[in-house]
Amino acid sequence: MARRRQHVTHCSGRKRSIADRDGVLARLFLLPAVVYIVLLVAVPFLLAIGFAFSDVTAGDPSFDWVGLDNFSAIFHDPVFWRALQNTLVVTAISMVLIVVLGKALALILVADFRGKWLVRFFVLLPWTTPIALAAIAWLWMLDSIYSPIDWVLRSLGLLEGNMHWLGRDNLAMASVIAVHTWRIVPLAAVIMLAGLVSIPKDIEDAAAIDGAGFWRRLWEITLPLTLPVVAVAALFGAVLTFTDMTVVYVLTRGGPESATQVLPSYAYFKGIEGGDLAQGAAIALFLFPLLLAAAVAILRAVRRMETF
Amino acid sequence: MAFAVEVKGLSKHFRGGDVRAIDGVDLATDEGEYLVLLGPSGCGKTTLLRTIAGLEEPTEGEVLIGGHVVNGLPPRARQIAMVFQSYALYPHKTVAQNITFPLKAQRMEKGERDQRATWAAELLEIGHLLERKPRQLSGGERQRVALARALVREPDVFLLDEPLSNLDAKLRTTARDELKGFQRRLGTTTIYVTHDQTEAMGLGDRIAVMYGGQLRQLGPPQEVYLRPADTFVATFLGSPPMNLVPRDGELLGFRPESFLPAELVEGGDRRVSAQFEVDRVEYLSGDRHIYGTVRGIGEQTRVISRLGATVSTAIEPGRVHEFALHERDLCIFDADSGRRIEPRPAPADA
Repeated sequence: MARRRQHVTHCSGRKRSIADRDGVLARLFLLPAVVYIVLLVAVPFLLAIGFAFSDVTAGDPSFDWVGLDNFSAIFHDPVFWRALQNTLVVTAISMVLIVVLGKALALILVADFRGKWLVRFFVLLPWTTPIALAAIAWLWMLDSIYSPIDWVLRSLGLLEGNMHWLGRDNLAMASVIAVHTWRIVPLAAVIMLAGLVSIPKDIEDAAAIDGAGFWRRLWEITLPLTLPVVAVAALFGAVLTFTDMTVVYVLTRGGPESATQVLPSYAYFKGIEGGDLAQGAAIALFLFPLLLAAAVAILRAVRRMETF
Repeated sequence: MAFAVEVKGLSKHFRGGDVRAIDGVDLATDEGEYLVLLGPSGCGKTTLLRTIAGLEEPTEGEVLIGGHVVNGLPPRARQIAMVFQSYALYPHKTVAQNITFPLKAQRMEKGERDQRATWAAELLEIGHLLERKPRQLSGGERQRVALARALVREPDVFLLDEPLSNLDAKLRTTARDELKGFQRRLGTTTIYVTHDQTEAMGLGDRIAVMYGGQLRQLGPPQEVYLRPADTFVATFLGSPPMNLVPRDGELLGFRPESFLPAELVEGGDRRVSAQFEVDRVEYLSGDRHIYGTVRGIGEQTRVISRLGATVSTAIEPGRVHEFALHERDLCIFDADSGRRIEPRPAPADA
């Protein structure tokens, strides 16, 4: 009897279980990711495209086709053009600062010194802080009356009165750029640190033997060899800055008088706070072509990395 | 005259003294000499080379190049060139850019730079590769480019770190010949690191055998082979290594090729006879390696004898044969310290 049962289990063991079928298993494991992307990326994206050609508002969610009316409305809206310009300016300046400062930070962090782990820990802190909380902290730092930055400047005798960081057009823009840079530099530094570490030690030694000083090593060896990684860091920085509305929303709410309005925050104000979902969607769609270009650029940089 | 390179009482410790990579080494090269640092991996030979290059700072001791103390000076101020085991070519630069890089760092003018690069490339027969990138080159070509990059600055000293170990066996032999001829023509002092005794014996004017961070013996290849300073050198060099037979607190050392059938050993009363119980015979490219137990010299010990292709004496496993060796081929070591205690008389023809 026992032998017979053994025989039966042996036979059923010979049948392929689902775990043996690579094709089925692969699809099964991919399924959660596909569901996630479809529900939370594809559906909202298609919905946004649909809304952009409709008259949907928060008060009247019925869908009526209006053609290009929303686009013509935002093209006649000076705030939209201001927001588009601000978005590009903030992204471009932050990207340059992120690359330069991130690279400098990575070069410092790659060196060997006492208490390195502590410095690395502190450097990474801004990146780990939730963006909304960090923005609120900055809001206090840049307060029009109680700003500690003003207080320091006053004690040094460099300032009388207050700077009103968030109350003047250019200073407000500079503040938004500074907070973005502060937030993303650690991430960029860590990405570029990984690039620096991947340079073979022999190559650095060879450059030292060949008589190259710090700057020549940086420009002729380190930068060319880590260029794809630098590109990835720059593009990550650009995408994160480009699509962020939290910093502007918390710090300035787009003000003073739309001076710091960017596309994501404007889309939010129009679509969610203003209730005009259709126009909000039309504004947000302008992010798409630029994000697409950035994604293509990232993928190409990654492919270049593989060919070295 | 100042030595090209000299190290005095050199030590390099890592991890706060836990690891003594170099442990009190004194060494000096003659001008134009080919000095080989030989030892097993982890013996400190590469660390010694890197310390001479200035890539590591010594924990103690001095490094002198051309008679000047260079401790604390960066590599670029030392008039040295180095070839790395991996060649360390710059992957994003062409061969020509790789070769001219050291000259560019010296701020040499472009015209002169190109002239020097062409000269170096022609010397190493890589003129046709100048526009290629390193990844488009074979191992042997990369090695030549690395040499050209070292050569182009006309340094006082070449430091070579196992430059042949990444080549396949066939290429290694020709590359070794070329390397030797190349150094003879230039006459530049060269320090060459290897763990391969064939390379060391073939290339070196003198060999420095290192072990455990210490210099065990320094001398011409023949001397190091025939008169090893201690049992480490005796057993590290030679294939198969020197036989060691214990006797009264001493070790008797003799090379497998001097332990022969008795009728082939001359020398009358200076002959040392022994019974050799053979248990295995290996044929290796003409030679016979004979494994067995020896009696009558000291304690009963397993030893190896190597018979050249010209020896036709029949040797059968399982039988006891009458073997002997000449007294002059015997080295005596202290069993405790391993140092040679009796200077062996030099061979008559040396």
